[in-house]
Amino acid sequence: MTTSALRYAFWPGCVSKGAAPELYVSTVRVAQELGIELVELDQATCTGAGVIQEQNPELADALNARTFAMAQRLGLPLMNICSTCQGIESMVQDKLKKNDEYLGKINDILGDEGLHYTPGLEVKNFLWVLVEDFGLDRLKSMVKRPLSGIRVGPFYGCYILRPSQILGFDENPDRDKYLEMVIEAVGAEVVDYEGKKKCCGFPILTINRENSLRQAGNHIHEAQDLGADALVSPCPLCHLNLDAQQPAAKALTKHDIDLPIIHLPQLIGLAIGIDPKDMRLDHHVVSTKKLLKKLPQFAAV
Amino acid sequence: MNVKLRVRRTDPETGRGGYSRYEIDAPESTTLLDALIQVREYEDGTLALRCSCRSAICGSCAMRVDGRARLACRAKVIALTRGNEDHEITVEPMGNMPVIKDLVTDMETFWAKIRQVDPYIQPATPPPPDEEYRVPNEAMLDLTHTMNCIMCGACVSDCTVLEVDKNFIAPAALAKAYRVVGDPRDGQQYERLKKLSEYSGIWDCTRCNMCVEVCPKGVAPMNRILQLREMAIEEGITNNAGARHTNIFTKSIVDGGRLNEVWMVPGSVGMFNIARMSQELPGALRMLRAGKLPIAQAVPPGVPGSHKIEGMERVRALVRKSGSLKPRKPQVVGS
Repeated sequence: MTTSALRYAFWPGCVSKGAAPELYVSTVRVAQELGIELVELDQATCTGAGVIQEQNPELADALNARTFAMAQRLGLPLMNICSTCQGIESMVQDKLKKNDEYLGKINDILGDEGLHYTPGLEVKNFLWVLVEDFGLDRLKSMVKRPLSGIRVGPFYGCYILRPSQILGFDENPDRDKYLEMVIEAVGAEVVDYEGKKKCCGFPILTINRENSLRQAGNHIHEAQDLGADALVSPCPLCHLNLDAQQPAAKALTKHDIDLPIIHLPQLIGLAIGIDPKDMRLDHHVVSTKKLLKKLPQFAAV
Repeated sequence: MNVKLRVRRTDPETGRGGYSRYEIDAPESTTLLDALIQVREYEDGTLALRCSCRSAICGSCAMRVDGRARLACRAKVIALTRGNEDHEITVEPMGNMPVIKDLVTDMETFWAKIRQVDPYIQPATPPPPDEEYRVPNEAMLDLTHTMNCIMCGACVSDCTVLEVDKNFIAPAALAKAYRVVGDPRDGQQYERLKKLSEYSGIWDCTRCNMCVEVCPKGVAPMNRILQLREMAIEEGITNNAGARHTNIFTKSIVDGGRLNEVWMVPGSVGMFNIARMSQELPGALRMLRAGKLPIAQAVPPGVPGSHKIEGMERVRALVRKSGSLKPRKPQVVGS
């Protein structure tokens, strides 16, 4: 699939339209540069992020089925830019695939809008699109400024990894290595650390602030200790806790941390020659200047 | 096949240790437990591990294998190495509990947490005269996941919340709590749910899915925690940050289609919780400065003028109709 034009129904998620506008801007910019066409679903709703599911799982299933049906109406696979969206969408797909009667009831409701969902829609995070559909060789050929000289730690976000049996690992067993593969493809060095597949703590920030910040602070500290210049994540919720809450995590854990956290498309954009400002790298809570200074091509930024 | 092992050792006297490396020849059908027993019998009699049934029933041989908890008896070496004989399998004791020696951990905290949830059914009424309690099939089917638990400790070993907070009741005990609360015979549901909704209970789980991933018996403890949350809200136990968080989140989507992040904090911690709100203030100001505070969400969900996606009336119709999707609750059959 690496030579034909790539088109996706695009679900941007809530956070890229809210507290992480830099993710939305950089995704759109990078997709354009890579020649990936995104048809935004501007009337789709939140996946529920596992939270609506705590109160009303059936509502969450119906909302997600509606989004799937919107993509199917366009005849396109669905792309998201959030690990949490990916996990929830995959879970709902799995549930609907296994229960025809339930799916029928949901389709009755969707019918009011002229929508219908048939199981089998391809739903992919941008990370999976990049590796499986676009191709890393093609990405490498587009790298204008290899990011050699910086060391980047991957941070996956739980729901793009677990539960693995519903996340397509049978067909794509390396999905838990893609971030490392992308970091290498753009010429940077991978920092391996234990926290990379753990929880950032974001879901309980307003419930148990201390635990939440300890989780974020510990992972950042571990990666920084092992020499990371930045972390990269395909999940904006992780980004919120690791970036926006980093000063609070620092104060609580007393770890001496100051580590830029970048979104996956920003990492790609830096390597294929997009201006950091066009990806709002100057709109992070933890300044990315230190990181850019390590790259000769941006030293003047 | 050639099997390479790197095993974490701990000396019970000093608490110190390192890794021992072993290389053995074993048939392709070998499980990790077979391999470790072979090491103990023929290579190094000082290696300590715990095991009994060798068939994933007793739950004794949980340990960390290449960074995640597994039952050693259920892990085939050939699958762990993906057939690559150069792959060295790293074997460590379970996490989140003290190590007694090598791969043997002290399970006392695990059992203390199980006892903490009072894991026995306490019926409100005696059974019908000369009869047993009769419970509908579907109610018991719903509990089969949790009944499968063999108390191996894998979920507790890898729980990411327990890593930062040893008071968290943690997945195994919370799944066990669901076993009891979800049983229609139990008469203490409200009291139990109230207690479970306190600090260190059901709302402290980050929903990271780690326990679902490592559980060897399909208990999926996190999913049971979510069921407990749903039941607690249904019972009206909502005067806590967790339930408020769920409520404001759902309200925000039902009102505007997408999450209103600005109002999540006051909605969860309580608008007039001055201590908590002031903790969040510096963070909010930092986000404002970085241009990350979405001004479009300034109006709270449910209030006229709040931010909405296009076509929200169609979402609202769907929300109204989705009530019909709810399954009916099984009840105890009366005499």
